[in-house]
Amino acid sequence: MKSFSLPRITVWRVIAVVLIAAGTVAALARFTLGLGATTNLSDEFPWGLWIGFDFLGIGLAAAGFTIVAAVHLFHADRYEPIVRPAILTAFIGYLLVVLVLIIDLGRPEHFWHPLVMWNPHSVMFEITWCVILYTTVLSLEFASIVVERFKLHAPIRWIHNMSLPFMIAGVLLSTLHQSSFGSLYLIVPNRLHALWYSPLLPILFFISCIASGVSMVIFETLILSRNGRTLLAPELRANLAKIIAVTLGIYLVVRFQDMSSRGVLHEMMIVTYQSIAFYVEIVIGFVIPLALLMSRRVRYSRRGLFISTALVLIGFAANRMNTAVTGMEIWPSRTYFPSVLEILITLGIAAIGFSAFTLVARYLPIFETEQHDEGASAPSIYDVVTDTQMVSRPD
Amino acid sequence: MIKKKAMLIDITLCVGCNACQDGCKSENKLAAGEEKRLSPSAYTALNEYNGVFVRRMCQHCDVPTCVSVCPVGAFTKLSEGPVLYDADKCIGCRYCMQACPFQVPRYEWSSTKPRVQKCKFCAPRITNGLQPACAEACPTGATKFGDRDELLREAYARINAEPDKYVHKIYGSDDVGGTSILYISSVPFEQLGFDTKLDKAPMPLLTWNALSKVPNVVTVGSVMLAGIWWITNRRTEVQRYEASQKQSTTTQTQDKQ
Repeated sequence: MKSFSLPRITVWRVIAVVLIAAGTVAALARFTLGLGATTNLSDEFPWGLWIGFDFLGIGLAAAGFTIVAAVHLFHADRYEPIVRPAILTAFIGYLLVVLVLIIDLGRPEHFWHPLVMWNPHSVMFEITWCVILYTTVLSLEFASIVVERFKLHAPIRWIHNMSLPFMIAGVLLSTLHQSSFGSLYLIVPNRLHALWYSPLLPILFFISCIASGVSMVIFETLILSRNGRTLLAPELRANLAKIIAVTLGIYLVVRFQDMSSRGVLHEMMIVTYQSIAFYVEIVIGFVIPLALLMSRRVRYSRRGLFISTALVLIGFAANRMNTAVTGMEIWPSRTYFPSVLEILITLGIAAIGFSAFTLVARYLPIFETEQHDEGASAPSIYDVVTDTQMVSRPD
Repeated sequence: MIKKKAMLIDITLCVGCNACQDGCKSENKLAAGEEKRLSPSAYTALNEYNGVFVRRMCQHCDVPTCVSVCPVGAFTKLSEGPVLYDADKCIGCRYCMQACPFQVPRYEWSSTKPRVQKCKFCAPRITNGLQPACAEACPTGATKFGDRDELLREAYARINAEPDKYVHKIYGSDDVGGTSILYISSVPFEQLGFDTKLDKAPMPLLTWNALSKVPNVVTVGSVMLAGIWWITNRRTEVQRYEASQKQSTTTQTQDKQ
């Protein structure tokens, strides 16, 4: 182990500290002065930037369930090296969303009410339960990394024995609430612009979160592996990139097929604030990365992948923000732009997320499994399931 | 069986005197003073469109969107008609405000313990056989309280009596599945800020279509995922076993040599 030394001061660290400090002050202001004095939310626009951030946080965390499903349920073992980064991303993403929700709720001290006061007819109720349960699953998945780091063997075994039902539960819970974020808007056909409102919103939200979740993991590993380290083998990255491309393709087909069957394609032809936002979202976030990722050269190039996954993430953010904000705006009677404090709180929470990810990735075995070969790899919670199965001779 | 109550608002009879708002404010002990828009201290307000006054308030839908979207069930629908809100349950997610087809709920944004505010249809009064404060206060009969069936009949009768004067529609009779507040007017509703494109089916059906699939997704999904796990796991097992068999036979033959 290296001897303890003072952390180096880098530009990114300074920015992170400043953002977190500013965000904390802004959050204190929000709790002491109330939502009205600190945000631009209003009766006409009760949901704003923070709801958009929730969509982002959850969507970017989607790799947590897709990769776990691929590796541990479908036995696509070659993606094993990104299981842990994906779980870490998801865990942090969900914790950030919970944090934002607490700030966004008018009565944060009542946050536990959905646990005892049920309304199964409410999409929000379903989302609350899914988020609570899935965060629990993620914390167990994450706990296995922590106990491995501290070599606590008893809890590892304890977690192992329950891993299969937990993984299945995790995948189902994610599927449900990723799509339910879209379902939230099913009830506002009169308010959400036709370019975004669709009965297929849950399905569209689900498809797009797969592309963004996988992009997020590639994007992170590319950033973290800058100093000559390679955290993901190029073939693996290229394969994942192919999955993103296929998902983007499916998404575009479903989106435009749905728009044409609802007869709203003509909305694209009129130049409005909304149609411009629509073009930005579709072209930058879906069409260009799809075109880029269809090229083998891009899929094997670090810079190409970096740009394409960044575009997917931007497009995903644009899609969620357009659904939450742009599509709900009517000029000039109902408009919204976040206040400085809303933006500061959001940036502060994002900075907490990035800092947490880099810190955890430094001190816990997140990117290590790939360096070991199969036999020597530290047992993850999932390996034991397959190991115990291995004992019985197939007959 | 409790009769469903309603209020018929005849826009042609309203003179804009604001007595309804005054009556409402004193009944609900809200801050006095005329307000032109709904607010946490104005459960009803008169909007003016070129000399025509339209009274805004909670429509008390038969199948209320707010009741369905609230994650903690803070809204309840009484069989008499009122849709009521319980601030002690509310977590402040504001989904009701986002989802209400009539954009009625108002929020106490300036409070650090904010509540949603909206018309209560004077539930305590009407369950005691009284009429709501606004209907009592209305000097012209523009707001009339009664049984919903009877008021619908009366609205039809008024339109039939003067078919040239009235628009041939009772707003609220079947919009979003019907509401407790019914409007008749001589000016087309879309010119008075009414959303006439709302579906006739109750809005909660839209989300229920998706939510009702949840149990299926869970059961089918878990069986499917477990099945895929079993198949792929089995495949890996067989592969490893065959590989080990091959290895042991080769080592055996090597031993013999």
